[in-house]
Amino acid sequence: MTEKAEDRKPLLSKKIDKFFTGLADAWNFVRRFFKEVFVPPYEFREVVQQCYRIGVESLPLIALTGFIVGIVFTNQSRPSLSEFGATSWLPSLISIAVVRAMGPLVTALIAAGKVGSSIGAEIGSMKVTEQIDAMEVSATNPFKFLVVTRVLATTFMIPILVMFTDFVALMGSFLSVNANENVSLTTFFVQVFEAISFLDIISSVLKALLFGFTIGIVGCYKGYNSSKGTEGVGRAANAAVVMAMFLIFIEELLVLQIVNAIRMM
Amino acid sequence: MLKDVDLDLYKGENLVVLGKSGSGKSVLIKIMVGLLKQDKGIMKVLGKDVANLGTKELNELRLKIGFSFQNSALYDSMTVKENMEFPLVRNVKNLTRKEKDKKIEALLDSVGLPQSINQMPSELSGGQKKRIGVARTLILEPEIMLYDEPTAGLDPITCMDINNLIVQVREEYNTSSIVITHDLTCAKVTGDRMAVLLDGQFDAVGTFEEVFPNAEDERIKSFYDYNFINS
Repeated sequence: MTEKAEDRKPLLSKKIDKFFTGLADAWNFVRRFFKEVFVPPYEFREVVQQCYRIGVESLPLIALTGFIVGIVFTNQSRPSLSEFGATSWLPSLISIAVVRAMGPLVTALIAAGKVGSSIGAEIGSMKVTEQIDAMEVSATNPFKFLVVTRVLATTFMIPILVMFTDFVALMGSFLSVNANENVSLTTFFVQVFEAISFLDIISSVLKALLFGFTIGIVGCYKGYNSSKGTEGVGRAANAAVVMAMFLIFIEELLVLQIVNAIRMM
Repeated sequence: MLKDVDLDLYKGENLVVLGKSGSGKSVLIKIMVGLLKQDKGIMKVLGKDVANLGTKELNELRLKIGFSFQNSALYDSMTVKENMEFPLVRNVKNLTRKEKDKKIEALLDSVGLPQSINQMPSELSGGQKKRIGVARTLILEPEIMLYDEPTAGLDPITCMDINNLIVQVREEYNTSSIVITHDLTCAKVTGDRMAVLLDGQFDAVGTFEEVFPNAEDERIKSFYDYNFINS
């Protein structure tokens, strides 16, 4: 049997070795994705099925969350703006907040929990029950069928879900603004679109693509590398969520710096 | 785990590899299909050195080997029909939809489970899953069948059904097989030759009557005694 990583003498310490080995494994996993995604067969049917599972089946939860976020954020912002007599700025404020940050972030965090854990658990349990081995011995590429399809699905569907969240959040906000400031739907959305720029929309879509990719690749990586047993599967699902959420926040921060730098130009 | 292992599998024979749990039996067949890689030595299957094959050649070899997993390894998000179709649609391009359906129905019929075609694996019993697993393995018409603990976790009656199925597969499909088991009844019913794995080596190779029951090695003797005298 080939020597396992755990049996080799550690370079610095076992923990540090394990960390860097894990990083290298993750990097190789991402590299393999980009290598396999452009090579046939493309498993279109599985991609479409995953898009349905990830996108359509997440709609109710995303809709509810987005709606609540829109209402809550509007109601929380109103007191501060009304001190300056600036409640007419609410639609603009909400649209900037939702489109630039809250829409992508809230959608990604919900998706990381729902979709990321589901992918991690599904692939993890396939690993421990030898289903992945069964695919391999039937001359099917399990990486392409399981990983590539799911990562493509999350990358495609999260931006669509983000746009849906943005819309639902703005509708929630409109209901609040309409109830308090008696603003019509037309007036509300004219202000919404006047406030956001092309850069806001592009950065939101690019962020969503990045978040979608992260959720998919982390979920698949954790599942594919889960240890044996039910505990391993549980850990994989949990780790998929935690790691994805952590990376989403890091990416949000990085994209924010880049977009702000572009705005300053 | 395995040391100085040297064994041949002949065409049309069922070779049973026996040994204690953890002796390396499953490792051996996983090396045969390239799921694991050996540290030393050569594993040749159908004339090919498995460890040195590229992805394409390994997949071509795998199409000629059927692997029946210990826990069946049915894809639990797919129906029985979809499980059977999975390797077929990806590896056999010149069959029409009708021909594929006919092939699947014929195989399910041969394992005695035609009615299960639209069921999910979770709706099947352990024995049914094993039989569907074997049927799925046969769909690509392999030359070699590998059975990893085919009777593990099954009641004695279902074990006999599986044992008879293994014999039937050899007779109907003219496959050569390696059966990994520690179940001597399975070994006796299915095997043309036995190979007992002890301490990483094949300690005794021959027919059931040659290896058991008058074995001189105490470990092999106790294997036989426990299975047939104490049960």
